[in-house]
Amino acid sequence: MMVEHRPVLAFITHAVLILGAVVLAFPIYITFVASTHTIEAITKSFPLVPGGHLVENYLRALTVGPRDVGATVGTMMLNSLIMALGITFGKITISLLAAFAIVYFRFRLRMVFFWMIFITLMLPVEVRILPTYKVAADLKLLDSYGGLIFPLIASATATFLFRQFFMTIPDELCEAHRIDGGSPMQFFFDILLPMSRTSIAALFVILFIYGWNQYLWPLLITSDQSYYTLLIGIKRMLDVGEGQAEWHIIMAATILAMLPPVLVVIFMQKQFVRGMTETEK
Amino acid sequence: MEKRVVFRNNVLPYILVAPQIVITLVFFIWPASQALLQSFLQEDAFGTSSAFIWFDNFADIFTSEEYLGSFRVTLVFSLAVAGSALSVALLLAVMADRALRGATIYKTLIIWPYAVAPVVAGVLWFFLFNPTVGMVTFFLKSVGIAWNHTLNGPQAMTLVVIAAAWREVSYNFLFFLAGLQAIPHSFIEAAAIDGAGPWRRFWTIVFPLLSPTAFFLIVVNIVYAFFDTFGVIHAITRGGPNYATNILVYKVFNDGFINLDLGGSAAQSVVLMIVVIALTVVQFRFIERKVHY
Amino acid sequence: MADVSIRNVTKKFGKTEVIHGISCDIHDGEFIVILGPSGCGKSTLLRLVAGLEEISTGDIAIEGRVVNRLEPADRDIAMVFQNYALYPHMTVYRNMAYGLKMRRMDKDEIDRRVRAAAKILELSELLDRKPRQLSGGQRQRVAMGRCIVREPKVFLFDEPLSNLDAKLRVQMRLEIRKLHEDLRITSIYVTHDQVEAMTLGDRLVVMDNGYAAQIGSPLEVYERPATMFVAGFIGSPAMNFLEADVSEDGRALVLPGAVRIPLNGTGLPAWGRKKVILGVRPEHLELNGTREGGIQLTVDHVELLGADTLVHGRCGGIALTLRLPDVHRIEKQASIALSASPEKLHVFDPETKNRIA
Repeated sequence: MMVEHRPVLAFITHAVLILGAVVLAFPIYITFVASTHTIEAITKSFPLVPGGHLVENYLRALTVGPRDVGATVGTMMLNSLIMALGITFGKITISLLAAFAIVYFRFRLRMVFFWMIFITLMLPVEVRILPTYKVAADLKLLDSYGGLIFPLIASATATFLFRQFFMTIPDELCEAHRIDGGSPMQFFFDILLPMSRTSIAALFVILFIYGWNQYLWPLLITSDQSYYTLLIGIKRMLDVGEGQAEWHIIMAATILAMLPPVLVVIFMQKQFVRGMTETEK
Repeated sequence: MEKRVVFRNNVLPYILVAPQIVITLVFFIWPASQALLQSFLQEDAFGTSSAFIWFDNFADIFTSEEYLGSFRVTLVFSLAVAGSALSVALLLAVMADRALRGATIYKTLIIWPYAVAPVVAGVLWFFLFNPTVGMVTFFLKSVGIAWNHTLNGPQAMTLVVIAAAWREVSYNFLFFLAGLQAIPHSFIEAAAIDGAGPWRRFWTIVFPLLSPTAFFLIVVNIVYAFFDTFGVIHAITRGGPNYATNILVYKVFNDGFINLDLGGSAAQSVVLMIVVIALTVVQFRFIERKVHY
Repeated sequence: MADVSIRNVTKKFGKTEVIHGISCDIHDGEFIVILGPSGCGKSTLLRLVAGLEEISTGDIAIEGRVVNRLEPADRDIAMVFQNYALYPHMTVYRNMAYGLKMRRMDKDEIDRRVRAAAKILELSELLDRKPRQLSGGQRQRVAMGRCIVREPKVFLFDEPLSNLDAKLRVQMRLEIRKLHEDLRITSIYVTHDQVEAMTLGDRLVVMDNGYAAQIGSPLEVYERPATMFVAGFIGSPAMNFLEADVSEDGRALVLPGAVRIPLNGTGLPAWGRKKVILGVRPEHLELNGTREGGIQLTVDHVELLGADTLVHGRCGGIALTLRLPDVHRIEKQASIALSASPEKLHVFDPETKNRIA
């Protein structure tokens, strides 16, 4: 949207952008640098360039784990992955089914269900933590993958996105399918699902990041180290009281915690942008 | 909007919505109603007896200096986060929109912090500003600023605002850029032909056209600062020092899980629900208008 | 192949009745066109036959079997939609094969039928393409191919050509006609385009506001329109209507200005001295060289179309249009005398709007 072609303006433009990108990346760069040094180097000399202990630090984080946490970063990454994928697939699945029912069927309670799903928008876990915790405890979901996943997979956003998308599919397609002799579920699997591919991909990216980055809920319901997610583990590593935190291991774990979602954003940028802009409508 | 064509089946739709509805009932509606009920009850510490006390829990929290303080802290915090994240993002988006070369690369470089979890963002900035090992702390000391957010309230607030706003810049950037790119080029050219320079054009043409996006982002940013920043606070300050960063969400958690004040925590939950509902309504009203814009 | 019988069919949406009791027998192999303006209920009627909507009262029978409660898939019909309704993520081949697959047909038989249909429709080269890689005309053909492979008893067409440009429309019209002559499958075709209707239909059902105003061959509908609505809807430019009085003996019509127009045969003795509406098509008005008697027309403007000339004018305050073959250079404000042969006149009852003669 540049009308003038003045070199000074172009210079300022690029300077601001580069500065912005650098400032935004700075904390992550420093984290990465710290993850490649020994703890002594970090605490004494504030290194600005990567050191030679990368392999050593990451290996130790992944296989041995930090002090006082009781789980390796490898295990915790696996837990994070299970939780993130569980939330992602769970949300997409139940939202697709619910949106299909709400758009393509007329049944009593349809609007009741619609509003019930809508209400979940207004009840993030943060505002109902204690009673939700109690439900999870009553259902024996504490310290389990089910407990990490199920309470987070109801999604009004995904349901509305799919509903919105289904509404744009011409009625004639469904009619043609009826004339072709297909059942509702065949319509769902043969027509709707393949047509929803791009929406599903966009949601997948957004929900994976959402799932991976969950913190408060896992914090509440995991006390057994073997169910710690990586984010919980990192926080536990920091809680060393008066002792010296193992910054080199924490920083390595932090880099590992950022890696999956950041890679998803970078390599699936198109779907990410699509997902962001569509889920917020 | 309704479909003209529907399938006729009396059982299938219920089976299809069942998973979503069961999850919603068990983990959303039921706990929320429990919170509502609990907010009117007073339970003893062992949960053996409870009494219905109407609005006493609410009266308690709204007369508690600590709670009101937490409310103020939350307001300051969310306004600071929204303000800084929005203005930085707008600047970067306008620049990225102007940049003819390398726009995609800049976009990638600027949006990726959004993928970083709030708690991780907290850890990153906590490390940089750590009183003993932090590089920025060291730098600040060398220019004569003594940084210790574990003792200094305003410094703690500054730090959590930076950490919370940092990843939100990416989010806002994405939407501002999309908004800018949606403005027809002919508007800008017409203004340029009328003799308006870039600065004037921005404030008279671009900014007004961008205002729906900006308004939408303000709401989203406030919601984010209210509810999604628990990790930032938990990682950096734990609400301290001396409640300086004790935002409402952190306080609910703290009162409920650490201090085991069930009634008080429930009353706070109800207040938070009202806040979310209000913000959601604002957002939806606005979206209705955006459609007609 | 089959006959279709529609008996006293009505359709209500909520409390509004949109189809008010239509009956029509469609013969085996016939091509019926349902014609009418938008909102007249023609698509609804087609959808009732298809089973996409449920009829409120009456019966629809295909090959003697009442299908009122049958699902579309069980009626042995196939339908071409206005927007084609091709499955966007499937290739042309899979689009055509899908309905057969749903019917658990043998793979080899599916393949045989799809390839045969593709050959007829000249789609053989395009079988691996997706719908979005096709032109409008090609999509249209795929939509027809999807129907052909099913070898149904009845073809239903819902304005299949209205998304195409004018030139393609003419071409596809001819193709549909040719296809029908080859396959002889009973067809019901909905359109608002009278040229399509006239050229394609063995018979037309002209619909007006949920009623079948007339059912008949294209020429019958043109030559003896049953109502003023049909008379005005068929033909372009539209028929001229004039108020007239029937003479005392019923042998002539008297227009304002005492212009007498003789009627054919015995005239309308029963209508003596009553008011009627006279209808005459623009192409049936002729210049009357003698300038005596007949209708006097003051010319407002003239449109030269090359093959024809359209003259618009007024006759005692009533607008009239006539269509003359070839080029006629007529001055504005000129006064010309017109006549029409008695057998080309249409007379309607001003109350019921129905044809009298």
